[in-house]
Amino acid sequence: MKKFRIFAILTMITLLTAFVTGCGGGATEEKKAADATEIIIGGNLELSGAVATYGTALKNGAELYFDEVNAGEGVLGKQIKFKVLDNKSETTESTNVATRLITQDKAVAIFGAATSGNTMGAMQVAMDNKVPIITPSGTALEVTVDPNTNQVRDYVFRTCFIDPFQGIVMSNFASNELKAKTAVIYVDNQSPYAKGLAQFFEEAFVKQGGKIIGKEAFVPEDQDFKATLTKIKNLNPDVIYLPAYYEAVGKIVKQAREIGFTAPFLGADGWDSPKLVEIAGANPLNGTYFTNHYSSQQDDPIVKEFVEKYQAKYGQIPDTFAALGYDTAILLVDAIKRSGDATPEKINEALAATKDLQTVTGKLSVDEQHNPVKGAVILEMKDGKQVYNTYVTP
Amino acid sequence: MLQNNKGKILVTFLILMAFWLSVQLLLSSGMINPYYELNLILIGINIILAVSLNLINGFNGQFSLGHAGFMAIGAYGAAIITLKAQLPLPAALLFGAVLAAIFGILVGLPTLRLRGDYLAIATLGFGEIIRGLIVNIDYIGGAYGLSGIPKTVSWTWIFWLTVLTVVIITNFINSTHGRATISIRENEIAAEAMGINTTKYKVMAFTIGSFFAGLAGGLHAHFFYTIQPNTFNFLKSFDILVMVVLGGQGSITGSIIAAIVLTIISASLQSFAEVRLVIYALLLIIIMIFRPQGLMGTKEFSLNIFGKTKD
Amino acid sequence: MDVFFQQLINGISLGSIYALIALGYTMVYGIVQLINFAHGDVYMVGAYIGFYTTAILGWSFVPALLMAMIICAVVGVIIEKLAYKPLRNAPRLAALITAIGVSLLLEYGMMFFVSPQVRTFPNVLPDIQYTLFNSVVISNRQILILVVTVFLMLLLQFIVHKTMIGKAMRAVSYDKQAAQLMGINVNNTISATFAIGSALAAAAGVLVGIYYNAISPLMGLMPGLKAFVAAVLGGIGIIPGAMAGGFLLGIIEAMVSGYGQSLFRDPVAFLILIIFLIVKPTGIFGKNVREKV
Repeated sequence: MKKFRIFAILTMITLLTAFVTGCGGGATEEKKAADATEIIIGGNLELSGAVATYGTALKNGAELYFDEVNAGEGVLGKQIKFKVLDNKSETTESTNVATRLITQDKAVAIFGAATSGNTMGAMQVAMDNKVPIITPSGTALEVTVDPNTNQVRDYVFRTCFIDPFQGIVMSNFASNELKAKTAVIYVDNQSPYAKGLAQFFEEAFVKQGGKIIGKEAFVPEDQDFKATLTKIKNLNPDVIYLPAYYEAVGKIVKQAREIGFTAPFLGADGWDSPKLVEIAGANPLNGTYFTNHYSSQQDDPIVKEFVEKYQAKYGQIPDTFAALGYDTAILLVDAIKRSGDATPEKINEALAATKDLQTVTGKLSVDEQHNPVKGAVILEMKDGKQVYNTYVTP
Repeated sequence: MLQNNKGKILVTFLILMAFWLSVQLLLSSGMINPYYELNLILIGINIILAVSLNLINGFNGQFSLGHAGFMAIGAYGAAIITLKAQLPLPAALLFGAVLAAIFGILVGLPTLRLRGDYLAIATLGFGEIIRGLIVNIDYIGGAYGLSGIPKTVSWTWIFWLTVLTVVIITNFINSTHGRATISIRENEIAAEAMGINTTKYKVMAFTIGSFFAGLAGGLHAHFFYTIQPNTFNFLKSFDILVMVVLGGQGSITGSIIAAIVLTIISASLQSFAEVRLVIYALLLIIIMIFRPQGLMGTKEFSLNIFGKTKD
Repeated sequence: MDVFFQQLINGISLGSIYALIALGYTMVYGIVQLINFAHGDVYMVGAYIGFYTTAILGWSFVPALLMAMIICAVVGVIIEKLAYKPLRNAPRLAALITAIGVSLLLEYGMMFFVSPQVRTFPNVLPDIQYTLFNSVVISNRQILILVVTVFLMLLLQFIVHKTMIGKAMRAVSYDKQAAQLMGINVNNTISATFAIGSALAAAAGVLVGIYYNAISPLMGLMPGLKAFVAAVLGGIGIIPGAMAGGFLLGIIEAMVSGYGQSLFRDPVAFLILIIFLIVKPTGIFGKNVREKV
């Protein structure tokens, strides 16, 4: 019996701790739902996990703008409350977070997620509850357009360009600037974003007369890519297109250089993260290029002003996600203003009607497919720093 | 047995009816918000999962760490029927569950001759293989998973299917087949010596368990709109394992109680995922060291023949 | 042919890591018949200690390696005393469930304390490539891994066959009760086994941290499972078997990635496991043992 008592006590303690932590954490959420002086915007962001730097940067950028607005007169006379929950870079968690934000916290709009995959996990919930959801950086086409019906998804928007465009931009760069004739595509098999980009790059590249001489795939949990990289090296391509997220990219580029593979790597906005240089090292990244939404070095007064403000508040140069976060905040506030009453349905209509809104990453107009028409920049990695190369208009 | 207990059955049935009705009313009137509804549904799914795993682990004494794999098969199977074949929910659920059962036979036949810990790793391996395969088959969504599954599962569906699951498995346990199954757990070699076809019963338990895991998967798919290969990974198998161990390997009531308790804890710890898993892990270790029979051991709540209690 | 050699080198590097971890699995299984599910996570803890000592304390490679090995040896013994010893006479399944619990405890406990972010190792070793016959490239880190692995394995063989504690370990794995009757302190022997196994896993962890440069709390799960496959492949409970199994598995994986599809790497490893368990559970070097009624 003694053993049973010890067991019972220990189990009780464990379960009690669980309850207390859980309920304690939960209790604080309940109070504010009926607060009439606030407009609640829910943030469904990747603050931890595989793409944590995106979510964190998005949050920082958004908060920078929301704080500016709140310091001024607010929106429609009310303060903005930005309630952010961590979806841990996981799609199922993203669904849970969105459900919670909408049903428990009564958010009038959902900001996030950072990746296309995670946004797709959350959008059904948003659509069912008629709450608009905006992804600042999810670039896959399927996010706003249902591939089965080719219909635009009501209530789903984005602030960034889409992958069909991004893939073409890089392909043109490869063909025209780097004079590449052959390419190998090495894609993240678990990411719809990566697979979509690979497809668009391939189409464009082939149209320009290039040849795709190899297609490989990896899973992001992998640590060792050398076997496949050896295989790719043996094919001797002019360039290798690697649409993926920064963690895997860092490892892959590093290992590629270690086996003596010197061809240029080409990438997309998923590369943008301070962790990229940390993981790969500055040297291996020389001779790599990627497409992105903006560069802090752009010669544009709006960009410069934003960079200053961000640096003043956070002590870092804003990356593309910070900029997109800021812009999405601008878009949301503008839509709320035009909605007149800050109800989800009206905000939805206002979002769809957005025209020529001035943002850091360009002039934003939402087209019939809920996609903004924007340009892209191409960045080169030199000695661990991003160097602005060119700006491409759509 | 049934003749003497007709009264008990009737009473149980009425209690269940009352419970179902009251919750349904609360839901329809909006007194229970969608977040709580989500958790109720989750409880139901977890009960089905725990009870079906208990059949394999607790009553048959085998050790499957790949239960989530069969849930995945059921989920994907059901989702495809709904999305591509446009058939109604019952057809989808049935298809998913049967498909899972078929895989149960396929996996069970070669592996069930392995000893406990080896069987565990083998089933873990199969779970991972299934997941790895699903990721690579683009027809069923590949890495994207499948989304846009219509939300056709409601409280009614979940409640009655959960009841059905528990009834079927309890009846199985209390039948001669069940006794044979349990005898294998007690002493496999003796059972074989007594003329019981151990392979047949091991595969049978495994298949039935997989069937219901598949059912749970199908239900999950039709409530949560999207399914991805990663939803059904080793962690999911682990979750179910903790429920079975906590409740008592060999007690249906135990599994039900544990499923309810752990689902609630899991929901309340939503924001602290690492803490939840640390607590689950600690719970598992504590139970195994101090009270390996879990909460209920092999006892059932014995007020009536169906041996369960619903709160 | 060059590609083949390059893949071979890749495979051997990978295999060394598996071998080091597999050794711990096989030693523990040999002595207490337990699949120490948590072993892969001891490897992860070793990697983190290595990270801490090099990145935060600024130590160099060898001290960091030694520190990681020592701390993990202690961790291994603690785990054994707290979680496995009470269950020594319980059915093996109970111990396995507990081991799974410990594994998850380590993983998520670590995640709770250090956050799930990937950490990168500082450059404790410069990265130099050597080119052999034309285009086969081997880096000094790959050589280092191989050298350290072989050295540790030889050390282990020495300990097991030429020292008293090694003799005790072998005796206890043959017959625990007889060993006890002969005056061997079984508890200490078992603890020593766990200590040595954990130290080896820690070494693997530090090497991996330096080689791949990225560590995370869940990094031990897959390599742990793969190492178990390697141990079974070579013959569970047989030390040279674990070494052979590790290298073999590494090479097979490299070949599958290189000549097939890298996505099939994991399924293939598990398939090998299942096939061996069904057809030849005693592994390549194993002898057939009948189960006593």
